[in-house]
Amino acid sequence: MKSDRGDIELAGVCKSFDGVTNVVDGVNLRIADGAYCCFIGPSGCGKTTILRMIAGHEDPTAGEIVIGGQNVVGLAPVQRRTAMMFQSYALFPHLTVRENIAFALRVRGMPKRDRLRAADAMIEKVRLTQFAGRLPAQLSGGQQQRVALARAAITEPRVLLLDEPLSALDEQLRVQMRQELRRMQQELGITFIHVTHTQLEAIALADLVVVMEQGRIKQAGAAREVYAHPYDRYVAEFMGGQNVLSGRVEKVNGTSFTLAQAAPAGIEVPLKARSSIKVGDKIDIAVRRDDVALVRPGKELPPGCSTSLPSRVLAIEYQGYFVKVMLDTVPDDGFVAYVPEKTFFADPFTVGDVVMATWATGSALPLA
Amino acid sequence: MSVVLADMPKADMSETVAPAATKAIAPSRGQRPWTFYVLATLFGLYVLALYGPMFCIYILSFQDIRGGLVFPMKGQSLHWFVDLFTQVRTGDVKGSFDRSIKLAVIVTIITVVVSFLAGLGFRKRFRGDTAVFYMMIGSLVAPGLVLGLGTGLLFQALGLNASWYTSALGAQLSWTLPFGVLVMFAVMSRFDHVWEEAAYDLGASRWQSIRLVMIPVLAPGLVAVALFGFTLSYDEFARSLQTAGSLNTLPLEIWSMTLNVTSPSLYALGTMTTIVSFIVIGASLGSIVLIQKKRGSSAKG
Repeated sequence: MKSDRGDIELAGVCKSFDGVTNVVDGVNLRIADGAYCCFIGPSGCGKTTILRMIAGHEDPTAGEIVIGGQNVVGLAPVQRRTAMMFQSYALFPHLTVRENIAFALRVRGMPKRDRLRAADAMIEKVRLTQFAGRLPAQLSGGQQQRVALARAAITEPRVLLLDEPLSALDEQLRVQMRQELRRMQQELGITFIHVTHTQLEAIALADLVVVMEQGRIKQAGAAREVYAHPYDRYVAEFMGGQNVLSGRVEKVNGTSFTLAQAAPAGIEVPLKARSSIKVGDKIDIAVRRDDVALVRPGKELPPGCSTSLPSRVLAIEYQGYFVKVMLDTVPDDGFVAYVPEKTFFADPFTVGDVVMATWATGSALPLA
Repeated sequence: MSVVLADMPKADMSETVAPAATKAIAPSRGQRPWTFYVLATLFGLYVLALYGPMFCIYILSFQDIRGGLVFPMKGQSLHWFVDLFTQVRTGDVKGSFDRSIKLAVIVTIITVVVSFLAGLGFRKRFRGDTAVFYMMIGSLVAPGLVLGLGTGLLFQALGLNASWYTSALGAQLSWTLPFGVLVMFAVMSRFDHVWEEAAYDLGASRWQSIRLVMIPVLAPGLVAVALFGFTLSYDEFARSLQTAGSLNTLPLEIWSMTLNVTSPSLYALGTMTTIVSFIVIGASLGSIVLIQKKRGSSAKG
């Protein structure tokens, strides 16, 4: 039975190329129909392999891949009704934009007139009408990407798979094409799965962000959840924007615990519900860089702040709307404060200054 | 800014560098080093040594009926070209030319098809691929005369008649195939595997992917392989000598003429075969240009 739904379920999916190590190691994931899902992780984490297995270009060593309620393992991409957009776009160099886009219809045996008409409609959708007769080599990177998108979308797939689609573009174009991808996804109303190693790209686009490490899913959730509530040190550091500190638990009371650190009074951290943290545990906590406030020694802490860590300013980077201040707050890890531009320049620090780094107690987050 | 630069002395900021008076990299005009003239002379001599002998032949082939085998030129006419095709005593030029062209066409077709298939086969590693590759190179470096002799002997031992379309064809293929395959490897290395994958993703069958993507993309390279096959076969001598049987190919005919023909019609033949070679090369390069141009023009529409 054919289904138009593009919801995807990965159940215990493993992939090994050499029979010894698993590149993808027991991945379970459910992606809703019509969702924009981003797989993110460093190179070699298995994200592209997962994409290729969903696309039908690799077979899983174990596990099931279910699209729209149908197990698709062993089926060809056409039968799965998936389409893939390759990293380098893989446009056929000898065919024009129109012929490239019509290719899928051509191999299905559609008469020339019909398929070129269908291709022209698609070309209009990606706003390339004036380039329809050009060869891929005569197009810019952004235009090539739109051709690749149109070529993949013309068969009305239920899932579109994008392998690092923006990595070949320069910075400005990347931001522009990011919006275009999102617009196309909403227009087509189908599931997009997008592999990237750029955090900004993932959180800007995705309904569902999947953070991977060494073949396993570390955390999967909404962009804001993954960014603001990272599961562990790996996710926090990979997604960025967080300071991660580690220490030994000194005291636990009903709602918070205290972490022994360089600070005279320790660091107070709110407890998560049903937490099993005990005195003596070594744990990591995260504090968002933009939650950190810097005050000069001896001055009063802002309200709600119970922790203050004396630090020396190591470096200062002006970033426009904020100023990045790097500190030596903790001995092993970097510690960074994002200070709003206006706040910073009201009383600017210089390299070498001693400051107190502080944050509202409630904003510290214990990590797994 | 004020924060970062606070430690710097003020003087550094105000100091400006005067714009450069001369460009760092000035295009040189005239003034070539003496080595240029030495190398240019060397190159000129090389070209003369390469083409001079051939031009002697071409020029001498246009003598009139008094013409001899050496300079000076005696008159100008096309007499020896007419003589070439009308006089029986000069040998079977027309017949051998026919055979050579037919043989070269057969060799070309087989070389292109087999090289293409070998190119497909060698994209992935397989058991014994290195052995196959070295065996192929082996037949390339084997002395042609010995290989031809062996082929002739084998045919004799098997009781088969040696002829240009059996034994000579086989002997020539032992020469053109490795060449074709090597050229094909170079051509294939520029074929991106991801195009095939994209074709598969878009629903193309294996055959459609070869017909609609691989062959058109590789077309200029396949023409190059064909050109190699044709020219290598057309002037093949060593391997054909013992394998052509009773009827000669053109190079064998020319060789036998050098032994018994003492008129400029021999030179006329040389001019003729050169013209044919140039036509073939021109047609091949022309078709490559045409393929590129067709892509360019359909791209404008």
